Amino acid sequence: MKYVLLFVETEEFARELEAMDEAAREAAFEAVGRWFAEHAAVITHHAHLRPAETATTMRLTGGDALVTDGPFVEGKEVVSGYAEIEVADLDEALAVARTWPACPIIEIRPLT
Amino acid sequence: MTDPPAEQVHAELARVVREHAGRLTACLVRVLGDFAAAEDVVQDAVETALRRWPDDGVPDHPDAWLLTVARRRGLDVLRRQELYRDKLARMRGPVPSEPDDRLKLIFTCCHPALPRAAQIALTLRAVCGLTTAQIAAAFLVPEPTVGQRITRAKRKIGEAGIPYRVPADADLPDRVNQVLAVIYLLFNEGYLPTAGDRPHARDLADDAEWLTAQLAWLLPKQPEVLGLLALIRLHQARTSARFTPAGRLVPLRDQDRRRWDHDAITEATRLIERAAALRRPGPYQVQAAIVACHAEAPTWADTDWPQIVVLYDMLLALSPSPVHRLQRAIALHHHPGTRGGPRNALADLDALTPADRKTLENYPLYHATRAELLRALNQPEAAQAADRQALALTTNPAQQALLEERLTNS
Repeated sequence: MKYVLLFVETEEFARELEAMDEAAREAAFEAVGRWFAEHAAVITHHAHLRPAETATTMRLTGGDALVTDGPFVEGKEVVSGYAEIEVADLDEALAVARTWPACPIIEIRPLT
Repeated sequence: MTDPPAEQVHAELARVVREHAGRLTACLVRVLGDFAAAEDVVQDAVETALRRWPDDGVPDHPDAWLLTVARRRGLDVLRRQELYRDKLARMRGPVPSEPDDRLKLIFTCCHPALPRAAQIALTLRAVCGLTTAQIAAAFLVPEPTVGQRITRAKRKIGEAGIPYRVPADADLPDRVNQVLAVIYLLFNEGYLPTAGDRPHARDLADDAEWLTAQLAWLLPKQPEVLGLLALIRLHQARTSARFTPAGRLVPLRDQDRRRWDHDAITEATRLIERAAALRRPGPYQVQAAIVACHAEAPTWADTDWPQIVVLYDMLLALSPSPVHRLQRAIALHHHPGTRGGPRNALADLDALTPADRKTLENYPLYHATRAELLRALNQPEAAQAADRQALALTTNPAQQALLEERLTNS
């Protein structure tokens, strides 16, 4: 089955990342790189999103297109990237997500 | 010759269905490779059995009977769909049972990706063979609500790829704990229902005991499973002394200990020893040990309170919870040493963190305990006020009666 792991950042996580010195940040990025390398066999596709400030949302209602600045949910948690994986079942998807070394929330969505 | 009482017939029916329905669902999930379809056809067979057996009598081979009905129902449901043709063919012959099947079924029903209420409903229906109507009645929720929970859960199992298998070794302790949490909730609902006219809904407690026994048999090396089984059996060994014939709750202190099932208590303590030999202590094992201390005391006065306080300290180290803190304070009240007594116990409750207090404020036992402590400290007015708060919070009729009596007599 195919799943998308949606990586979700929190304000606290962003602050921690901000507060890191060069070496710590580099180590954090390396950990993420290792994770992608370790799971390369099941990852079919992945991308990192630019920060939420760069997001634009369009709402299509009654023929109108309302364009606003920012992500579609106002909140402290924003999607920062995703990885599409192909594994046997949800337990295997959870096992892959379990080792994710960066942001603290992951939504796991099956694909049709 | 008179007919056996309806209650007895009902209990026998529940026992037979429980024994066979889950086993059939479990192997049909494997044979059909489709959780939702297997669960549906067995549920239908169970409903038919509950209609027919009270009049026709329980058949000699209930499992074969259920399979025949499930197969017929399967024909109706499945033959309409091209996709199911070959699945149906797999139901023709006898369905071989594998011991692992029921375990897989339990893990699927209690998968952490399902909401708790759905885990409970699905476990009762698919593993214990309860009907949607029986589950709705036990939890006092409308039947369509239970039906919807089950439908949604089954859809998620299919669409999100929740597997039908025993979890990997690394995940097993965590997943076992999830299952135990579901069973423990079931047991508590049966042991002291939050609502309803029956103060003691026996069925759910029996189902919980049965489920835990199955799990203990299938997973003999999981000490927490043995711990929960001991805990449940220790509670059940005292059932007959917990209520007066009129259905009034009897506090532990006043129970007639001769009416406890002392053989069952001895057997349950052996389970605790078996669990302890595996050398992985956990909250259920410690809770069982605490209940065993009570169960083995010949009288209330002989209770080993210092030992109970030590066990609560262990429990709090393993699983810090405001409810366990409250229970420790109750034990401390009766501790005969200088550390114990009502003043120390009340001081402990007063020293709770704001978050813990906030949780306990909604908990009737917290106020009832404060009332007892205040009464022991000669503050009858404050005690009355606390009892009234407890009364306002409890929805269990037996507890209500007990509190009302205390308010009138003190």
